[in-house]
Amino acid sequence: MTGRNVNSQPSATAFEVVDPATGAPDAPVVALSGVSRSFGATRALDDLSLTVRRGEILGIIGRSGAGKSTLIRCLNGLERPDSGRIEIEGRDIVGLSEGELQPIRRKIGMIFQHFNLMSAKTVVDNVALPLKIAGWTKADRRTRALELLDLVGLSDKADSYPSALSGGQKQRVGIARALSARPALLLSDEATSALDPETTRSILTLLKDINRKLGVTVVLITHEMEVVRTIGDRVAVLEAGRIVEEGEVWHVFSDPKTELTQSLLSGVRPQLPAHIASRLSPDGRETVLGVDLTDPALGDGLFADILAHLPPSAHFLHGGVDHIHDQPVARFFLTIPREPASLVDQVAAYLRSINARVEVLGHVSRPV
Amino acid sequence: MSPVLFNLLLQSIWETVVMTLASGVISFVAGLPLALILVATDRGGIAENFAVNRALGWVINGFRSVPFIILLVALIPLTRLIVGTSLGTAAAIVPLAIAAAPYYARVAEVSLREVDPGLIEAARAMGGNRWTIVREVLVPEALPGIVAGFTVTLVTLVGASAMAGAIGAGGLGDLAIRYGYQRFETGVMIAVVAVLIVLVSGIQWLGDRLVARLDHRG
Repeated sequence: MTGRNVNSQPSATAFEVVDPATGAPDAPVVALSGVSRSFGATRALDDLSLTVRRGEILGIIGRSGAGKSTLIRCLNGLERPDSGRIEIEGRDIVGLSEGELQPIRRKIGMIFQHFNLMSAKTVVDNVALPLKIAGWTKADRRTRALELLDLVGLSDKADSYPSALSGGQKQRVGIARALSARPALLLSDEATSALDPETTRSILTLLKDINRKLGVTVVLITHEMEVVRTIGDRVAVLEAGRIVEEGEVWHVFSDPKTELTQSLLSGVRPQLPAHIASRLSPDGRETVLGVDLTDPALGDGLFADILAHLPPSAHFLHGGVDHIHDQPVARFFLTIPREPASLVDQVAAYLRSINARVEVLGHVSRPV
Repeated sequence: MSPVLFNLLLQSIWETVVMTLASGVISFVAGLPLALILVATDRGGIAENFAVNRALGWVINGFRSVPFIILLVALIPLTRLIVGTSLGTAAAIVPLAIAAAPYYARVAEVSLREVDPGLIEAARAMGGNRWTIVREVLVPEALPGIVAGFTVTLVTLVGASAMAGAIGAGGLGDLAIRYGYQRFETGVMIAVVAVLIVLVSGIQWLGDRLVARLDHRG
């Protein structure tokens, strides 16, 4: 095989940053306004508005049936909204014909939960397929496809068929294929939902790398908060076809506003242990406090200060400091004796003075 | 078996092979596009069109409802128009192909329907048009089934070509009836059956090998 290992090191020229001429750096890549889509009596998308900023990774999270799949399919015209505007690079794609959508789709990569690789084509031919559709010559297609396989670490599998690959390898091929035509936008439709946790981490790391190296904007939908937490810059929470909460990932994680977000976060944020939560009552000798705090100083000794400020009779139940990207986020649970009554107030006042959110969750009969 | 009969046997084998292959190729060339039209125009297909889908479905079902021996006779005027005669091997190819094309269209349709819709969606997401989807997804992904179905069609055609002896098409069926049955030449009958077994087994073996080579679904 000639040329297979020519690019054993990813070269700077092969993976240039997306052409900045396609839009002003601060212009949104995607802008949706008032988008609705119904299937019979079901409103999959309900007057939804959303913007995706250039170069970011936006995670759209929601339970199944929230409209995630419909939303992501609207972004490349696989699904058509009943009403609203969908602007891709400033151009409204609603109402375009299938033929007019095709050149736009060539600039949008997509990866899928079940990979959707062509079983009858070798790995390199799968990666080259978008280039074939875009009219590249055979030699150029192969060169480019091999570059991409090198990027995802699968150069040695170029001439294998997808059936010989593991799930993680198949998704790497899917990613290489989605990127081969140098898209400005990458759509990820539950790309890690069919993978085990370890493979999921490696695929997410690859996506983050690609986002950094190539400057590709990524929109991913998922039902797993862990995915958003690992690579998302911003998150939008979708429920019944509407965005119910949206913001920087660290911000939403440290201060979730809606019940749905809190519930989605329950697996990745410290929670009051169930055996204590089940014993909470309106009366009892110990007050249980939940504390949330986001402060850059947390990593530089602030957390130790907090511990030093607690009275000796306080018990630290659960939680600690976590980092979401480079942002430290603290969440923990305490019990403090109810008598003397001033004690709880003192602790709460101190915590609030350092901008923590303090919540009295209830009482338990004795220290835990 | 006398040298005369042996020569007749060789000639009959040749006639059967010609009828089977010629009508097989025609039914493949006509049947596969019909199958693609059926799948593409169906609900959720890449070129949804109920009118075309219904009409084509009816025509195909109509041809498939008519027993071959009746089709053979009914198509005599058409055969005369195309071949110039209604007798002989060349004349038999017309009704054989017309009976086999709708049959093969249905067989190929089943394989095309089994292509994962996710693959079609992936091709659409890449900006592919309908023709791209047919050429890069539907046909290559269904190819093992398309070939397996063609093997079945060829074997069916070997059987049908025996009936074509009724219009003087020659072939192994004709030989078996005229010599083996009507003249009590048991040797001819046995030889014909043996040749047919070898022929059918050979077609099936070749088809299976080809399918195994084409199938990468794992």
